[in-house]
Amino acid sequence: MEDLFSTFLRAIFIDNMVFSYYLGMCSFFAISKNVKTSMGLGLTVVFILGCTVPINYLLEKYVLVEGALSWLDERFVNTDLSFLSLIIFITVIASFVQLAEMFIERFMPALYASLGIFLPLLAVNCAILGGSLFMQQRSFPNAGTATVYGLGCGIGWLLAIVGMAAISEKISYSDIPKPLKGLGIAFVITGLMGMGFMCFSGLKI
Amino acid sequence: MSNIKILLNGIIKENPIFVLLLGMCPTLGTTTSAINGLAMGAATTFVIICSNFSVSALKNLIPDQVRIPAYIVIIATFVTMLQLFMQAFIPALYASLGIFIPLIVVNCIVLGRAEAFAAKNKVIPSIFDGIGVGIGFTVALTLLGTIRELLGTGRLFNIKLLPEEYGSLIFVLAPGAFIALGYLIATVNKLKKAEA
Repeated sequence: MEDLFSTFLRAIFIDNMVFSYYLGMCSFFAISKNVKTSMGLGLTVVFILGCTVPINYLLEKYVLVEGALSWLDERFVNTDLSFLSLIIFITVIASFVQLAEMFIERFMPALYASLGIFLPLLAVNCAILGGSLFMQQRSFPNAGTATVYGLGCGIGWLLAIVGMAAISEKISYSDIPKPLKGLGIAFVITGLMGMGFMCFSGLKI
Repeated sequence: MSNIKILLNGIIKENPIFVLLLGMCPTLGTTTSAINGLAMGAATTFVIICSNFSVSALKNLIPDQVRIPAYIVIIATFVTMLQLFMQAFIPALYASLGIFIPLIVVNCIVLGRAEAFAAKNKVIPSIFDGIGVGIGFTVALTLLGTIRELLGTGRLFNIKLLPEEYGSLIFVLAPGAFIALGYLIATVNKLKKAEA
């Protein structure tokens, strides 16, 4: 239980997707103009990460690693399919993005319209593939931990994008030097937020 | 448009980092030093050229409705090849680039070029487009890597230029990457204004 909690907190604050691994930048900068839309995108990311990380974990454990297929038949003890992992992971992610897209189009048409191209582009969002790849590196003990880790990563990303959107709303009337306007200042703000988040790295959990 | 023009277009007019602002994650994540930036640029260039070639060669065989998944599978295949190759022959570099090699699959530049250029053009121009965009990406990454390495550690391509105490570690860490790139983009904007 304690392990689950510390994995969760680590994924949100210390190993934050945006501020310590620079993942999911394209949609982060493009969508963080207003709080409501970024909240919608953030929640979608939480949902997709929370589903795909455990599914990919199970696929990795029971299909892909060396000898994983031995539950099927004795003959497969030496089969090693791990070279397929990238292709399998991205396929699972693309299907879930499709699912989320259909759901949002049906039930939240306003959000669907405001997200535009960035909703299908979640399939190629590195924060989501990154979640699965980190899961592969860290060899979690069970699917529960993987789920918690996926949710934590998603919530960390949500916090970052909502915070960024809130700041963007505030600075829209500020007097910014012309060349820095737009993306330049967005990068600098993200850097400053990142410095804030670095304080968490001293936490021992 | 001649092939040379296509090549230059990718490097200057449509530079993926400074103009199109695509592929930010590896740009920020791998440019802790000039060497890493250069290596990441070269790896991505290889994938762009191969995927542009395959997509434009196969474009008449791929049905329109499933083209995005088909492109992603093509790209993932080349990235897997690259990953195995690097693991076997340059393990040190592979270790320092880490998760960003498999993440080339989801680099928007690669998919963007497949969709915006290779799917509409013949094989030879597509290869030149891949080379051009790849070089543009590599130049941007190396530049950012150089700045961060120099400010962060006082070294350049591992050669000591400034005394150790002059380096401020923040530029090697994550926040420095954002700030350095922010001001780099501002500089490019300023130069473009002066030109026009």
